[in-house]
Amino acid sequence: MRVGILALQGAFAEHAAMLAGLDAEAVPVRLPAHLEGLDGLILPGGESTSMRRLAGLTGLDSAMRAFGAERPVWGVCAGLILLAACIRDEDPCLGLLDITVERNAYGHQQESFVADLYVSGLEKPGMPLQGVFIRAPRVTRCGGGVQVLAQVQGQPVALRQGHILGSAFHPELTTDNRMHRYFLNMCVAGSAPKETSRDRGHDEVASG
Amino acid sequence: MNQTTNATETSLLNKGLAQMFKGGVIMDVVNADQARIAQEAGACAVMALERVPADIRAAGGVARMSDPGMIREIMAAVSIPVMAKCRIGHFVEARILEAVGVDYIDESEVLTPADEEFHIDKATFRVPFVCGCRNLGEALRRIAEGAAMIRTKGEAGTGDVVEAVRHARTVQSGIRHVCAMPSEELVSYAKEIGAPVELLRQVRELGRLPVVNFAAGGVATPADAALMMHLGMDGVFVGSGIFKSGDPAKRAKAIVQAVTHFNDPAILAEISTNLGPAMSGVAARTLDSANQMAARGW
Repeated sequence: MRVGILALQGAFAEHAAMLAGLDAEAVPVRLPAHLEGLDGLILPGGESTSMRRLAGLTGLDSAMRAFGAERPVWGVCAGLILLAACIRDEDPCLGLLDITVERNAYGHQQESFVADLYVSGLEKPGMPLQGVFIRAPRVTRCGGGVQVLAQVQGQPVALRQGHILGSAFHPELTTDNRMHRYFLNMCVAGSAPKETSRDRGHDEVASG
Repeated sequence: MNQTTNATETSLLNKGLAQMFKGGVIMDVVNADQARIAQEAGACAVMALERVPADIRAAGGVARMSDPGMIREIMAAVSIPVMAKCRIGHFVEARILEAVGVDYIDESEVLTPADEEFHIDKATFRVPFVCGCRNLGEALRRIAEGAAMIRTKGEAGTGDVVEAVRHARTVQSGIRHVCAMPSEELVSYAKEIGAPVELLRQVRELGRLPVVNFAAGGVATPADAALMMHLGMDGVFVGSGIFKSGDPAKRAKAIVQAVTHFNDPAILAEISTNLGPAMSGVAARTLDSANQMAARGW
């Protein structure tokens, strides 16, 4: 299993360490050519403005858009912003996930927080996942084909639309690798977006 | 959201924000226009201050925390994180910056120290701190006080990278030394360098500092920034180097790209081309001791 990690800026080394612990090969992605032969792609946390500008300079943004049309992509925090179809007060970047996000919606760093999450589809469903929210984006709209996998105070914080996964929190900063396992299972299942679908409802249970 | 967090969670969140800065460039800005230029160039955060270090040097006198009004203007102008500086040991300036709502505080030797014996007890704050260091002992003392991020001191406002290189190499060499050391030598070594032994054990286990470590002080070109990344730094602060140069917007963009592509000389050659004049600078070696900011802090 070869999984790319967007390595323009941000916490990409933490995801690489998580993948190494799960016997998956982590490939840093800085240029469009680096996407070749990957089974999936992780867009890590960092500053979305910085990442999207760097991606735009080399055509990596359109290359990732094409990649995500076929194969699994997981966006974390800033990565979730890159995936969103709509961003409040900004143009969208990849537009692979039918949601609207508001950046820094919870406020500045002193409003960053930790919350226990129950993410549907993970192993050991009764065991909470430590959700680390750092200047996190808020999801203000979910399209019909988007499943909400976890919520905090009624707000969606983990989402899936076919082979696209998003989380507003940072599992790579914890020792709990269940989200990474979940994404690797999506990569094993392959790109096949056939079972996905925009017409399925909210209540669909994640198959993993 | 006003969630309450305990000390362990606060530490995770504050070290975590620094992890999100990695591979990025944090730029000094003195007004909202500069902050927007920095954000547009791809900076991962900005440092709001009234004068860049080169101007602090030129002006002389006492350098203090900036006016909260100008910091708020910069916070309103950009969506990326905003940092601000307080004087070493000046915990009231730090409380003011915390109340203003900045995302990070730099307890900085660039300002005139308020306390020549003690740094701020940073663990008592909700807002995270970054501090400068010249060697491993100094880095670990700051972390013991609660710093969630470390940077080299370098020699700010000179445009001369030599001190940042010295400090980065000294810290990295200290880490290698600790990793190679048999465990029975750790306690004595902790005493020798004035660092808590628990943190030394962590360094030995991790093979690196337990927090993010950026380069700072004298970075003026894309090549300087890439050099610091090769020396094992997680990212780069650029102070006077951008807005004291001939074409700040262009240079800012080039330095951001240089940190991402530091290992690709062909890209570095391309982005270093036609940048206009760098800041003129002053050789750090020619400064007398009263003008060496790096010597401030203990």
